[in-house]
Amino acid sequence: MIALLVRDLKLAIRAGGGFGLGLAFFLIVTVLVPFGVGPEGGTLARIAPGILWVGALLACLLSLDRIFALDYEDGSLDLLATAPIPLEGVVTMKAAAHWLTTGLPLTLAAPVFGVLLNLPEGGFGWLMLSLALGTPALSVIGTFGAALTVGLKRGGLLMSLLVLPLYVPTLIFGAEVSRRGAEGMATETPLMLLAGITAAAVALLPFASAAAIRVNLR
Amino acid sequence: MMPDLGKYETTVLSAYGVTILLLVALVGLSLWRARKVRRALAAQEERMARNG
Amino acid sequence: MSIWEYANPKKFMETSGWLLPWATILSAAALVVGLVWGFFFTPDDYKQGSTVKIIYIHVPAAMMAINIWVMMLAASLIWLIRRHHVSALAAKAAAPIGVTMTLIALFTGAIWGQPMWGTWWAWDPRLTSFLILFLFYLGYIALWEAIDNPDTAADLTGVLCLVGSVFAVLSRYAVNFWNQGLHQGASLSLDKEENVSDVYYFPLLLCIAGFIGLFLTLVLLRTRTEIRARRLKALEARERMA
Repeated sequence: MIALLVRDLKLAIRAGGGFGLGLAFFLIVTVLVPFGVGPEGGTLARIAPGILWVGALLACLLSLDRIFALDYEDGSLDLLATAPIPLEGVVTMKAAAHWLTTGLPLTLAAPVFGVLLNLPEGGFGWLMLSLALGTPALSVIGTFGAALTVGLKRGGLLMSLLVLPLYVPTLIFGAEVSRRGAEGMATETPLMLLAGITAAAVALLPFASAAAIRVNLR
Repeated sequence: MMPDLGKYETTVLSAYGVTILLLVALVGLSLWRARKVRRALAAQEERMARNG
Repeated sequence: MSIWEYANPKKFMETSGWLLPWATILSAAALVVGLVWGFFFTPDDYKQGSTVKIIYIHVPAAMMAINIWVMMLAASLIWLIRRHHVSALAAKAAAPIGVTMTLIALFTGAIWGQPMWGTWWAWDPRLTSFLILFLFYLGYIALWEAIDNPDTAADLTGVLCLVGSVFAVLSRYAVNFWNQGLHQGASLSLDKEENVSDVYYFPLLLCIAGFIGLFLTLVLLRTRTEIRARRLKALEARERMA
């Protein structure tokens, strides 16, 4: 399973693998928002936690179709499905690779973008913590969406439609942690709920994703 | 016959209007598709019966 | 004689064939009587004036929007576990009805909200949850449309309905939590208060029954259409291969 993870990571980092794409998109969103809402510092400070979360979420969405598409097209997915590792494990490794190349870099880069949006001092730590806890859920849920639509030619838009409503709970609690942290309020409740959703998603969704892959490979 | 809806006349009537519109559209489309499929199936079965 | 007999397409077509006219008549009757009674023969509310008449369409539609999704969940589970095609097709047939009910709930809610809260839309937990439900319905229908193979489509949409249901419940709690954190804004306890008074209660009950009847009638009709459509597709495939 680790070999699979390393292979996917190598593929992603290679040129054309889309590694920097997520970060670049995150940057674009961060730059566009002030143009949309005006440069006034107070406004930006208030919406920064939410905007950063939405930006990270959209950036994650971008690279989802890569999770299975290439392997599906060249037949590797069939091989992986019949390999000794359980398909649920394969799917989890794929989600992990996606997180390592998208969610994790976004989490680490977020403070820089926070500066651009006038994020309050106390907010940086909470932003990173909420992203660190929440982006794995985004990867796992996104993997499920990718598994559902793997057989479709241009399933990207449909996949977004399927995945975005599933992202809502994570987004709500993640942004809430970020916002409350920035304002110095207590963050235990949304933090635990956020972590709970991620834990449950990571534990249970791979079964649904694997089932979807098996259906699509029939 | 119409009760005196007072100042909320447009509100109430447009709410009912939208609802009736959507329901008529739903029922209409369902009936239209039902008819279309039934005819196509009948035609197909007839064609296959003729060709043996 | 168990209920699983009706999972057989032929049996289902027979039974639904004679059920359909009765369902149509009964639901039309309940709907017409309920709406006429409610619209013409109930008084205005002290606080909300004549807009209270909107409950006769808003509340039943909202109830159906949720209950239809629950039906789809049950039907999807039956398909995934027992592989009864009629079940999968019933879920497919129900979805557009659910979408329409959700839209009715959203639109009547917004229209009602305008004079009551002074705004067309408020990110109130209930309205927001319905917006999310609308997106779930849309995704489900879109997935059915996108996939060619009927069994594959049934399986994938079944799994989506399952996962979606869990997240729908999660979203409901998340949205409640999310709105608590902000200013309370306009309270939306319209539905609960009005049901207390008997004057509105019985016509409302009739309207709810009418909407349920409408759903049953339409889902029977649409499932029959889906069964025929599937048979048509199979025959066309057979013809092409011959």
